Amino acid sequence: MNKVMSNKLLIALYISPALVLVTVLIFIPLILSGYYGLMDWDGIGAKTFIGIENYMNGIKDIKFWNSAYHSFLLAIFSTLSLAIYLVISFILASKIKGADLLRKIYLIPMLLSSVAIAQLWIKVYNPSNGILNVFLTKIGVHNPPAWLADSSLVLFAIFIPILWQYAGFYILIYYAALKNIPESLIEAAKIDGASAFQIATKIKLPLIKEVVSVTVVLAIVGSLKYFDLIYVMTAGGPNGASEVMASYMYKLAFSSYKFGYGSAIGFLLLLITLIVTFVVRKLTTSKEKIEY
Amino acid sequence: MKGIKRTITILLFASVFYLLAGCSDSNGSSNASGDKEIKFMHLWPEGSSKQHYDVVKEIIADYEKEHKGVKVDLEVLSNEQYKDKLRVLSTSKELPDVGMTWAAGFLEPYVGGNMFAPLDDVIKEKLSDSFVPGTVEAYAKDGKTYGLPLELNIVTLYYNKAMFEKHNLEAPKTFEELENVVKAFKKDGIQPIALGNKDAWTGSLWYMYLADRIGGADVLNKAIDRTGTFEDPALIEAAKKVQDLVDMGAFVNGFNGLADEEAKSMFMSEQAPMYLIATWDLPNYTTNESVPKEFRDSVAYLKFPTVNGKGDMNSFVGGPGVGLFVAEDSKVKKEAKEFAAFFVKEWGEKAVSEAGVIPATKVKADSLDLPKMYIDILNELNQASNITLFADVQMSPDVAQVHLDSIQALFGKEMTPEQFAKAHEDALSKSK
Repeated sequence: MNKVMSNKLLIALYISPALVLVTVLIFIPLILSGYYGLMDWDGIGAKTFIGIENYMNGIKDIKFWNSAYHSFLLAIFSTLSLAIYLVISFILASKIKGADLLRKIYLIPMLLSSVAIAQLWIKVYNPSNGILNVFLTKIGVHNPPAWLADSSLVLFAIFIPILWQYAGFYILIYYAALKNIPESLIEAAKIDGASAFQIATKIKLPLIKEVVSVTVVLAIVGSLKYFDLIYVMTAGGPNGASEVMASYMYKLAFSSYKFGYGSAIGFLLLLITLIVTFVVRKLTTSKEKIEY
Repeated sequence: MKGIKRTITILLFASVFYLLAGCSDSNGSSNASGDKEIKFMHLWPEGSSKQHYDVVKEIIADYEKEHKGVKVDLEVLSNEQYKDKLRVLSTSKELPDVGMTWAAGFLEPYVGGNMFAPLDDVIKEKLSDSFVPGTVEAYAKDGKTYGLPLELNIVTLYYNKAMFEKHNLEAPKTFEELENVVKAFKKDGIQPIALGNKDAWTGSLWYMYLADRIGGADVLNKAIDRTGTFEDPALIEAAKKVQDLVDMGAFVNGFNGLADEEAKSMFMSEQAPMYLIATWDLPNYTTNESVPKEFRDSVAYLKFPTVNGKGDMNSFVGGPGVGLFVAEDSKVKKEAKEFAAFFVKEWGEKAVSEAGVIPATKVKADSLDLPKMYIDILNELNQASNITLFADVQMSPDVAQVHLDSIQALFGKEMTPEQFAKAHEDALSKSK
């Protein structure tokens, strides 16, 4: 085996298929979209080179920053909701009855496709017949809000299903990490007289810190590029009130036929996500290695 | 030993590249028997538009029977997928020989990119005088026509006769009567008008009609083609009237978050008595067997009311739906043009009798056994003094997007009528 690994030619050979695929399918389109961002192009006719005008327009575009603001709100909400998921997984990982069943129930939303979830929640939010408003009227609320039509509420109305959708995913990760903590450590703490709360915050939490920091990055990056559910539920409306960066990019390129401008926005989206990821990684990774 | 290793390496590399290259190696259009092949793409899948799909199949079979040596290669996609695929194909210059397009604003980029062939010769030779006036024109740009229209739609206000009778109401003929009807339904706790404004073009229909009734048939067209302005008093007045209706609670709750389908289902489940939509919905109220007969019988239609006694009720909002294009760089252009002309001719007869669609070609409805409402609307069409093309189709795609967003904002009362006009002015002056 060592012989194979020291052969540079063979190493190159083994990684070449994946490398070629990644280059062709990811890096070339990436560079191309950055390049298209330099063009005045409707996606069909002739391209005209206009330098960085699209990028400059993007930076000055209030609608883009508006959608970026919505994306950041979503990122903040997703990160905060990680705390709830963490608490749930602590409860599930302690030996309570039915934990296994509950874990499976939490996971179910993740098994549904985003489009199905969107359709489901569109029904829930229906202003006249939706389960939510029917319930609200029953308990005496007059004129409950039309959730997806009210531009001050629509964003939060959409966040709920998104957080609901990913709950199972994060709970699963936390649960697995918690189950990995050696029983002996907990036993020792118990003998020393630590309470359940102390064990959770002083022992378990520090031990899964690395996992938590990974999920923070996942949640933030996932939120910044989030698209599908919002597109199906409101298409960014009403009047841009639920527009996020990715849906704005899609709208520009495919509905307004500003392919060059859309590409530029897409490239800006990539840059923003890269920068945020870098910063978050810097802030959350700890130097010390955890060993059980 | 070294030699063997090198051979294996080269073979492995070769196979990787072969696999990658394999994807792009598609078969050419020539085939062994010397037959010519016309590639045709349409957007009526068997699942969702069975009647349309079957008619197309019949037409192709007829064509192949009459034209030995020509084969039609069919590809069917659903609406949104079709639009996406057409874009991608045009970017890589691989459009089908014959396909479907929408009029005006939609085809602009394609014409600008020299993708569609001018079809004036076909119209002159084979289809002269067969189209309803105003339909072909929607596909023209700079004096050349790039599409053969297939459908024609006009928008009318459908209402539920049974619900009107139950509340002792009469079909409104003026805007004031409409307001009274709205008030009466509101008083009885019924949401009067079904509207799904998430799609925004639905709200645009209301705005367009009000503009037409207040300012006449030309005011909106002129604002769009820049011989007029969106800050015309009539257009601002129309925007005000829209907000009046919103203030009265004329539309169903949360209309800005509802899709058109949801609004339609509210109308069809008798939760709302009125619904403004185009004739493509006609089969639901006439021939569609899966809709309860009782409901179909209780639906009638209204021409959009006059406002302050002004406005011509025979002026309609509407326009052609899809039409056929022929690709400019088609290898079988002559045959493709011939096929397109053949298609339009046969479609005219079959669309009415088999699919219940109003075609863009003139038809003699008298000889066919059709539902009464269908014949009535055909007659309206023949007497129409004007058909104003849907605003979002008239505008170029980027302005259309501004229009649709502004419509949502206007209906949601996030914009004043003046701001609404200004948003359009800004977008239109920037676009050209």
